[in-house]
Amino acid sequence: MIALSVEDLSFAYGAKKALDHVSFNVEAGECTILLGPNGAGKSTLFSLITRLYDSREGKIALCGFDLKHNSGQALERLGVVFQQTTLDPDLSVSQNLRYHAALHGIGRKAADLRIQEELERLNMYERKDEKVRLLNGGHKRRVEIARALLHKPMILLLDEPTVGLDMPSRQAIVEHVHRLVKEQNLAVLWATHLIDEIADDDSLVVLHKGQIKAKGYINNVLQANDSKDIGHLFKQLTQGQVA
Amino acid sequence: MKLLHYWLAMTGIVGRELLRFLHQRERFISALVRPLVWLFVFAAGFRAALGIAISPPYETYILYEVYITPGLIGMIQLFNGMQSSLSMVYDREMGSMRMLMVCPLPRWFLLCSKLIAGTAVSVLQAYAFLGIAWLYDIQAPLMGYVWILPALLLSGMMLGALGLLLSSFIKQLENFAGVMNFVIFPLFFMSTALYPLWKIKESSEWLFTLAQYNPFSQAVELIRFALYEQLNLQALLFTAVAFLIFMSAAIVGYNPSRGMMVKKGGGG
Repeated sequence: MIALSVEDLSFAYGAKKALDHVSFNVEAGECTILLGPNGAGKSTLFSLITRLYDSREGKIALCGFDLKHNSGQALERLGVVFQQTTLDPDLSVSQNLRYHAALHGIGRKAADLRIQEELERLNMYERKDEKVRLLNGGHKRRVEIARALLHKPMILLLDEPTVGLDMPSRQAIVEHVHRLVKEQNLAVLWATHLIDEIADDDSLVVLHKGQIKAKGYINNVLQANDSKDIGHLFKQLTQGQVA
Repeated sequence: MKLLHYWLAMTGIVGRELLRFLHQRERFISALVRPLVWLFVFAAGFRAALGIAISPPYETYILYEVYITPGLIGMIQLFNGMQSSLSMVYDREMGSMRMLMVCPLPRWFLLCSKLIAGTAVSVLQAYAFLGIAWLYDIQAPLMGYVWILPALLLSGMMLGALGLLLSSFIKQLENFAGVMNFVIFPLFFMSTALYPLWKIKESSEWLFTLAQYNPFSQAVELIRFALYEQLNLQALLFTAVAFLIFMSAAIVGYNPSRGMMVKKGGGG
């Protein structure tokens, strides 16, 4: 099932074109890596999928719901972890999560159950009463992932979620997300410029200067471009810009 | 079911704002210190210099401190409105605004909820100030403290909507200093908060016209009359219309396809 479909999407900031006829799909039960150097258009694409902006050219649909015309139904199915942390540092972990649950129409009792479920999965439940300010970067990210999953979305967007984290924290997040894809049939779109976060069975979209340079399963993309590994492929497609 | 969703989301947004307010004690204290300095220092100093004649809603000669109190409540709400707007710009720069915008409810509803949340905080601040003023012997009729509530809600919403509108135009946090100079100070000083209209008219006709049509003046008058159990219909209508205009413009400003969000641009 196609969870996210982006069709012929273009977007410009004034005269500066940020996305140029971008099309790709993200399937349920798959992790799609959106790979691109800084300035490739990844954040713009995320802004459009999360409806911070609307695009006049092209179409975005979440689980078949057009984002422009059925935005409520489309956004109900979406969970997002933004690049910058969006937790309120002065509130506790559970206060932050309850706020998110309320925004998604989940009542207090149901919210507390969901919070327990998601935090336990990430070994964070015992920290539920701690102020977010006191958590380290890796733990904050875990809370944000738990929050993004509270309303049981079908699509999870992750915008460079491991930036600034140490190696063990990064690895834990990569493993957790890939587990969710397999166990919950979740569709994941993961923007990154760190090639070591990619698993062999992931799907790949390479974005450069607002255009898609390659897309498909990793092996197919490597074969089609006659590349030995993703690092080489990335260099090749982004003309010498290395991650 | 959908109605319940709206209700939960609104109580969530208001609850979060109140929690944040309780956690930020310095914000509460500074919100109170500013008008109290005006009351205890400025008003006391000017008591002798400014004679206040009898004019509605007052039925007798009053001290300058009594006159200035509704204006200072307006000041609390004006600063609170601007502070909410500042926090919107901050939230947008820090990304937490996106969390709100990505929730599956219409954007106008989210902005209205945010506005109600900010107004609730300003009403708490206003009552705390009135409590201290009471101890300082500035006492209105008891029922006035009930009458003032709807006035505070409307004036808080109007000034909060102005803040929202400004936040949709402000590109970066640094530009906020300009708002202080070009919005807060002119609104406050060219109003009836500090001097009655007739007094302003004595000194300058054009200043009188500006003060008369300043929406902040109208909000202050609405509060002033309500505190003395009276309804100033003109102020009520003026404030309500100003609210509708500011709010509609803010909703357009935050519209993902038409508003300023697109013009502001974003990162890579």
